[in-house]
Amino acid sequence: MNTFTKILIEVLAASLVNNVVLSRFLGLCPFLGVSKKTATAVGMGTSVTIVVTISSAVTFAINKFLLIPLNLTYLRTIVYILIIASLVQSIEIIIRKKIPSLYNALGVYLPLITTNCAVLGVCIDSAQKSMTFLETMVYSVGTAIGFLIAIVLMSGIREKLEFCNVPKTFRGMPIVLVIAGLMAIAFYGFTGAL
Amino acid sequence: MLESILIAVGVTAGIGAVVGVILGFLGEKFKPETNEKLEAVRGCLAGSNCGGCGYAGCDAYARAIVNESENPSLCVAADVQRLSEVLGLAVSEVEKKVAFVRCSGTCKKTNENYNYRDREECRIAYLAPGHGSKKCPYGCCGFGTCAANCPYDAIRIVDGLAMIDDTKCRACGKCTEVCPNKLIQIIPYKAKYVVRCSSHSKGKDVRMACTEGCIGCGLCTRVCEHGAIVLENNLARIDQSKCTGCGKCAEKCPSKIILKR
Repeated sequence: MNTFTKILIEVLAASLVNNVVLSRFLGLCPFLGVSKKTATAVGMGTSVTIVVTISSAVTFAINKFLLIPLNLTYLRTIVYILIIASLVQSIEIIIRKKIPSLYNALGVYLPLITTNCAVLGVCIDSAQKSMTFLETMVYSVGTAIGFLIAIVLMSGIREKLEFCNVPKTFRGMPIVLVIAGLMAIAFYGFTGAL
Repeated sequence: MLESILIAVGVTAGIGAVVGVILGFLGEKFKPETNEKLEAVRGCLAGSNCGGCGYAGCDAYARAIVNESENPSLCVAADVQRLSEVLGLAVSEVEKKVAFVRCSGTCKKTNENYNYRDREECRIAYLAPGHGSKKCPYGCCGFGTCAANCPYDAIRIVDGLAMIDDTKCRACGKCTEVCPNKLIQIIPYKAKYVVRCSSHSKGKDVRMACTEGCIGCGLCTRVCEHGAIVLENNLARIDQSKCTGCGKCAEKCPSKIILKR
């Protein structure tokens, strides 16, 4: 198997089989919060993809050149949070200047990526599994694509849901959680596929 | 031991410092063009993002004021004087208001004429004989159409009567529109005494229908020293602009329907 096929398989595994939202239940807050409209869902998914990719690269470097040599791996969580928070902040600053429409569309959810456990989860996961740089990048991009897929699917369903006669008890968030559960069951079908 | 602690502290602090410098640099470099007027308007608003104005937050409302010339007097807690200076307009202060249900006929106090069996919706019950099954044709049907239409979840139906949570109510007026009996009124928040009935029936009929109802005796109009109460069509009405809140009407009211809020 050549490297390209390997990478493709890794991306598929990280995005579909071990989908970050639907089989590992990370990053549920934006998944439920920003999935009302497809346009904003795509924006959110893209910004999570960007943040995950950059932050896993930076945290990989921090982990390899700072934490492991100094024997400080127990500080991983706190240092990673620091790095991710500042990365999100700088991305926010740049987006606000360069793409104001995306900034307005994302609103309060952009800072929410800071506390998005999907981002921290990917970084910590790749550090714990002591992946190489390439593996880390492939893994993080795959996971982020998985998040994008999940949130876009969810927003599509929720747009259709607007026209449905949902029982009164389930209106609003409850039906969304039910849908999330059903989607998780559907994604369970990918288990063992790769 | 001490050394490892110091290293850990040093590393964390170092990363923090580096990150801070980078952020400061980025913030300076990618500073968005600030709209001075927008900033000034934003500074005058409450800044608590309460949403009372109907916008997502103070920023959104400030933008709406500046860009879409939205009514600038929607904010309850704004610095009105400064805001009017900034905008060069006269901005009137908002009087805090609250919705109020003019009925006290709970299930215990009023009786039912018949068994109402249809959709539990006030506007449908209103079409039934006697404006619903309760004996009083003016009273609250108690099916909660107002509660269902309240965007702030401020109305509860307690014992067959709509109750308004003053802390949640923002006096938007949605409930006043849907109440078929026009029971809900928007009154000033600082109104001290209110008439909790809206029956225009004659005294005897009121007594038959409900243990608490305005019988139209007019005692309150006589005890009120400020002429704030008038009797209109067998129902006392308090003019809140004249009411001083002395409470004499509430003391005298034989049916106890003038209440202190």
